[in-house]
Amino acid sequence: MATWPILSVTTFLPLVGAVFILLLRGDDEAAKRNARWVALWTTVVTFVVSIFLITGFDKSNPGFQFVEDHPWLGGTIRYKMGVDGISLPFVILTTFLMPITILSAWHAIEKRVKEFMVLFLILETLMVGTFSALDIVLFYVFFEGGLIPMFLIIGVWGGARRVYASFKFFLYTLAGSVLMLLAIMAMYYQAGTTDIVKLLTYGFPRGMQTWLWLAFFASFAVKLPMWPVHTWLPDAHVEAPTAGSVILAAVLLKMGGYGFLRFSLPMFPHASELFAPMMFFLSVVAIIYTSLVALMQEDIKKLIAYSSVAHMGFVTLGMFTFSNEGVQAAVFQMVSHGIVSGALFLCVGVVYDRMHTREIAAYGGLVNRMPIYAAVFMLFTMANCGLPGTSGFVGELLALISAFKANTWVAVFATSGVILSAAYALWLYRRVVFGALEKDSLKSITDLETREIAILAPLVILTLFFGFYPAPVLDMSAASVANLVAQTKAALAPAKAALLGVQ
Amino acid sequence: MTMYHFIVFLPLAGALIAGLFGRVLGARPSEIVTTVFLMIAAGLSWVAFFDVGFYGKDLRVPLFTWISAGDLKVEWALRVDTLTAVMLIVVNSVSALVHLYSIGYMHEDPHRPRFFAYLSLFTFAMLALVTADNLVQLFFGWEGVGLASYLLIGFWYQKPEANAAAIKAFVVNRVGDFGFALGIFAVFAMIGSVGFETIFAEAKSLTGKTIHIFGGNFDALTVICLLLFVGAMGKSAQFLLHTWLPDAMEGPTPVSALIHAATMVTAGVFMVARLSPLFELAPSALTVVTFFGATTAFFAATVGLVQNDIKRVIAYSTCSQLGYMFVAMGVGAYSVGMFHLFTHAAFKALLFLGAGSVIHAMHHEQDMRNMGGLWKKIPFTYAMMFIGTIALTGFPFTAGYFSKDAIIEAAFAGHNSMAAYAFYMTVIAAALTSFYSWRLVFMTFHGETRADHHTYDHAHESPLVMLIPLAILATGALVLGFAFKGVFIYEEGVEKFFRHSLFSHDNWHILHAMHEIPGWVPWLPTVMMAGGFLVSYWFYMVNPRLPVALAKQQDVLYRFLLNKWYFDEIYDFLFVRPAKAVGRFLWKKGDGWLIDGFGPNGVSARVLDVTRGVVRLQTGYLYHYAFVMLIGVAALITWFLFKGAA
Repeated sequence: MATWPILSVTTFLPLVGAVFILLLRGDDEAAKRNARWVALWTTVVTFVVSIFLITGFDKSNPGFQFVEDHPWLGGTIRYKMGVDGISLPFVILTTFLMPITILSAWHAIEKRVKEFMVLFLILETLMVGTFSALDIVLFYVFFEGGLIPMFLIIGVWGGARRVYASFKFFLYTLAGSVLMLLAIMAMYYQAGTTDIVKLLTYGFPRGMQTWLWLAFFASFAVKLPMWPVHTWLPDAHVEAPTAGSVILAAVLLKMGGYGFLRFSLPMFPHASELFAPMMFFLSVVAIIYTSLVALMQEDIKKLIAYSSVAHMGFVTLGMFTFSNEGVQAAVFQMVSHGIVSGALFLCVGVVYDRMHTREIAAYGGLVNRMPIYAAVFMLFTMANCGLPGTSGFVGELLALISAFKANTWVAVFATSGVILSAAYALWLYRRVVFGALEKDSLKSITDLETREIAILAPLVILTLFFGFYPAPVLDMSAASVANLVAQTKAALAPAKAALLGVQ
Repeated sequence: MTMYHFIVFLPLAGALIAGLFGRVLGARPSEIVTTVFLMIAAGLSWVAFFDVGFYGKDLRVPLFTWISAGDLKVEWALRVDTLTAVMLIVVNSVSALVHLYSIGYMHEDPHRPRFFAYLSLFTFAMLALVTADNLVQLFFGWEGVGLASYLLIGFWYQKPEANAAAIKAFVVNRVGDFGFALGIFAVFAMIGSVGFETIFAEAKSLTGKTIHIFGGNFDALTVICLLLFVGAMGKSAQFLLHTWLPDAMEGPTPVSALIHAATMVTAGVFMVARLSPLFELAPSALTVVTFFGATTAFFAATVGLVQNDIKRVIAYSTCSQLGYMFVAMGVGAYSVGMFHLFTHAAFKALLFLGAGSVIHAMHHEQDMRNMGGLWKKIPFTYAMMFIGTIALTGFPFTAGYFSKDAIIEAAFAGHNSMAAYAFYMTVIAAALTSFYSWRLVFMTFHGETRADHHTYDHAHESPLVMLIPLAILATGALVLGFAFKGVFIYEEGVEKFFRHSLFSHDNWHILHAMHEIPGWVPWLPTVMMAGGFLVSYWFYMVNPRLPVALAKQQDVLYRFLLNKWYFDEIYDFLFVRPAKAVGRFLWKKGDGWLIDGFGPNGVSARVLDVTRGVVRLQTGYLYHYAFVMLIGVAALITWFLFKGAA
């Protein structure tokens, strides 16, 4: 075991960088440049530190590792951190994407650079903290705290309707968070502890589980987002600056899915079983409904945002099958979607930086002048529609194959998503990239520059690498997922046995 | 490293070299690298063909574990048996010849490295498909060839029709893949594995079991086979899912020869043959396969009668011939279907490349109404097309004579309830095939030319690099049938050659029965071929005004055929427009009016007034607010909890 608190360092290093930027004086070009470089170096170092989490992680141990436990706020609530196979992939995903995000905002953000970088670094602390908190109050602070920087990023650096979008985002998530807060208080009254490890094995009474589950659902469903509480996402994406969109799609949405896996499934197994049909229904509706809506979008970012909702449908579909394949599908699909959707938003950002429009009709024939961009965008388009050999396929395959075992109708409807995703993704690609280059405004557009290649290259490599060799993620999560599934099933088993006894 | 590593991965290496470094290397080196790699792979494939087929050296080359989660384990491995070996020579030989041919055909195109990279990438995906050791790997190849097909159809991306055709091909194939994927899920749910060895070993235990799907309980094997067959229908352009294939002709002609005639479109046939241990146990599914094969054979031939685009005639012909192959599969004569796949690859690639040579000579003119009299200008191409035509129509002792006629005989001898239907359909289609094939030859090469003077005068024979592949394929079209009929059609030969790679539950009774049919049956296809030729000769050589008059007289029928039975229009009305309308409705009314209207907008309208004030406040030090809010949240919870604890 490591002798230094790697998790805390990973979590709070960005905050140190943020303080450092705050200490920078002046608003001139030099200060802006310094702010960018400090932010970049901070995130890079954070990522390097987080690599120690991978090397030191014992894949065969299903429990929490790198645990740090200190008294905080009077003793009951503790500062307890730790990761297992379910949370570690998200910690790495976050630290990996942050330097890329900072680089993507290098020239795109010109006003209030210091503030922007500070907010992003705070956001990283909050995101990593969310995935590694082992005290439920600590989790809540990180989870809800993430709302604030994102709210400001959209509200200050966003597009024309940024105020509307940021408030929609805020209202939706706030509504959920209030209910979750109440649930957390109720859990504390009941169990007398805020320690997640203890709560995981506590065994709440069945009646209570239902209410607690619903309260958590309100929060996680909005974050993920699930249909029908998804309408904040397209607006938020459209108005957010590219870097904000990337983090929103790649990491913030995953907090919802992670929440289901960390709390709803293991802590409230009976309620999870009770609501599984509803979750299946909502997932399937999300996949078909949002895919159809995506088909008709006129704004590139909105289209990708709707496709995100559809892809998150596979996540909830997989995890509520309570099977190893399904839950692993959920984890993998979230990691894969983090990479692919992040990359897609970066691709949109590339042309937005040049043309300052996201309207599909404003483009066409980009391949003529941007062949490298066309190739990269093609790869992520294919990953988005789940082509085998890209990471997008593995998650969808596992989710659907586990769903088929649980309920064939659900699998039939969800699988129709493969047709729709191909339709909207390829149609978008055709309208933006293919065709003759006829619009005057596009005649001098330039292909990817070195900085852009540098930020997209790692994502290209990972998309293909995980497509052919998903084992690093699957193996990392296998033991913890198996443990989670076994516990959930064990909790449900006595009820089933009792039911059989009655018959 | 075995020989099979080279066979499968050399094309991939070529694709990567040409694709990633093509701009640096330049066009010629990219062409040479990919073509030479393919030639090596093709040569090795023939070695493999004899090794496996005649010396029985089957093997399985494990590569690595792809996906392992819970009970699902998917391995990468190369499965090499006779069925694979036959596909290896088909794929690599045609691909090598098409690579060579493309050096000449594409010589004016500025994007040659990209073209050759796509061709090689396609070949790799196709090889992954035919060497698959499990259903998921098969699906990988399946989607991979779909991607390559999409990229190659849309190769000339400035043409709107090419883009539309590319998307159509991909999406219609995805409809098939929807069934294929569900089939894989069903296999996994019933057997707990996706590996072929396990599936084939366990298949028997599934007989009589049911599966709960589509709201009822159905025979598991039938459901599985039908779902998988939906995938085959998409890829092999069978009736109902055929609409993409004719449009795919928008791609460069070498692509049509390689992908849309010889290899990719036969993947569905290969899949049924590969899964013969499953299909043999699901007789109702085989009946459905027979029905769709027979219907496609007839339907596509009727449409082929009236098309004027030289490539579209051949495309419909391909569609029709694929139907023949499925008829063979459906009546359990798998080896016969594979035989036709094998010979068809040679003579159909020949016809497409020959058509390419004509198009090349005519400066990209594809309409046969603007051709005629070309045999004097391009005699070698004419000779090659002539050989392709006699092979396709089944002239005695050419390739088609053995393989196509064997399918008709198998349909006659078949036992399932669709076999008789299939027999009549294939016999009629044989006459139609002969008619449209000779129509193509007569309209293109004979009679007075209808081309404008300039084009006709400048029509020229293609360079040697294009003619050599034609000559090789023509040789194949003439001799392959005679040379290999022993191991594809005759019971003893098939048993020794294919061994366990194909499965027949009654020990190839069908092959035995084929040779005991009444004496007139084997003559029938030849008579039909002659009849089709004579009518065609009468129509287009003796009395060329007759077809025009006939089309006028039978206007409704003519339009029905010319418009391909109106499938595109029907699908547009049934699926495309409703999907768009529903999408727009859900967006504007569902998201916009219902969810937002009653949800956040109502609330936020109130809040917005407040917000404007807030935003105005945020002119100063933004981050202070962020910290205050964060601390505020923390303080709030802490306070609540302490109060609770006390």
